[in-house]
Amino acid sequence: MTGIDAVKAGAVLLLAALVQVSIAGWIEVGEGRPDVVLVLLVSIALLRGPLFGAVAGFWAGLVLDVAAVDTFGLTSLLLTVAGYWAGRFGDVTTRSSAHPPLIAAALATVGVACGSAVLHFMLGESIAGGEFFVGVLLPGVALNMLLAYPLYGLTRRLFPPPARAARGEVSPVV
Amino acid sequence: MAAVLVLISLGLITVYFRESHEGPLHTAQRLGVSVLMPLEVAGERVARPFRDGWGYVADLFDAKSENADLREQVDDLRHRVIQQETAAEENGRLKELLAYVEGPTFPDDYDAVTASVIARPPSPFRQEIVVAAGSGDGVGMNDPVVTDDGLVGLVIDVWKGGSKVRLITDQESAVSAVVSGSQAAGVVRQGATQNSLVLDRVGKDELVNENALVITAGWQTLKFESLYPRGIQIGSVKSVGQQDVDLYKRIQLAPLVDFDSLASVIVLVSKPGASKTATAKSRKP
Repeated sequence: MTGIDAVKAGAVLLLAALVQVSIAGWIEVGEGRPDVVLVLLVSIALLRGPLFGAVAGFWAGLVLDVAAVDTFGLTSLLLTVAGYWAGRFGDVTTRSSAHPPLIAAALATVGVACGSAVLHFMLGESIAGGEFFVGVLLPGVALNMLLAYPLYGLTRRLFPPPARAARGEVSPVV
Repeated sequence: MAAVLVLISLGLITVYFRESHEGPLHTAQRLGVSVLMPLEVAGERVARPFRDGWGYVADLFDAKSENADLREQVDDLRHRVIQQETAAEENGRLKELLAYVEGPTFPDDYDAVTASVIARPPSPFRQEIVVAAGSGDGVGMNDPVVTDDGLVGLVIDVWKGGSKVRLITDQESAVSAVVSGSQAAGVVRQGATQNSLVLDRVGKDELVNENALVITAGWQTLKFESLYPRGIQIGSVKSVGQQDVDLYKRIQLAPLVDFDSLASVIVLVSKPGASKTATAKSRKP
């Protein structure tokens, strides 16, 4: 984790949180909405690993909780776990899977939505199961999968993957 | 490291829930949102033309069927207006004769503060919005929020440049209401799905017709007063049912406000001279 990467990630996620609150939150398909912050976080975590992903998720969650005046810590808890998991997923599967951003964005969306449902249920807030799965989760997964490749491409430009040597890999012998 | 961040998050949630509105985390959040507010407002302004365009296209699909319905409604309402103008005139004369004393009335006893909506509900579990009018504009805690169409919700948090509004479709909202043109009174709550409402606690012996208008009751007792003034439209009765095992009628409402496309709202701020029988803290919904 370099200082420049941290500053870039902080700024990008801050901007994404503002976009999420001001713009993306208004785009609804069913009851589902695209989650720009989550997809961007997953992309960053895939490229920079679990620790970076967890810290970035914590920061993004705090910004979202402040911008939307939501329960402080709730989104940061969910995004910390999502960032860490996406980083681990990237470490394990990036080289073996053909579509890591797409799969990671879909799985992270399901995980965050279910985690959010559990946390809100514990806080005394709930919605009908059918509405959650059909109205919120499915459109949310679809919209986030649509965002996955464009945002991953953008993130890859901002956070170029480290060279193979830097990752400790050996170049294939021809 | 990740475990530490998870623990910090859990600590933040716990402290946030346990502390009062004036606690350090709430204060820090208000400070943070004050810093972010100009950026959110700018984002909202940039996004508004696109949102309006999206809304225009989406509305086109419903326009034809809606047009026929609205024409029928116009005919019906034209007749009602004539009847009600006569009734209102008569009502005013009778009130003068009786020297009738009444509580705060809507909209005469309220100043309207118009504000744009800058943040939508952050999750489907909580129906709250952030609006760009706060204590600096005269908005206070528990001020009712409306649009031209009807009741939107209640201010539940306020800071200098903005405030948080809990929509009536939130599961923590409850509004005392009456069915217009009947004696049926009950409580409007969130329905089975998002953006749906039910009128609860209406006795089975009350007569409620479909399409009847439901308005805020605005009741007052010696100690307590409803947070909402009487006469704000909430919705129309979509369906009425009852079963032998139920204590109350099952009344589904169609909200008059389109909560999915709220772009601006009106916060009702009590005029200084308006009568209030209780402080905001002791009032009940």
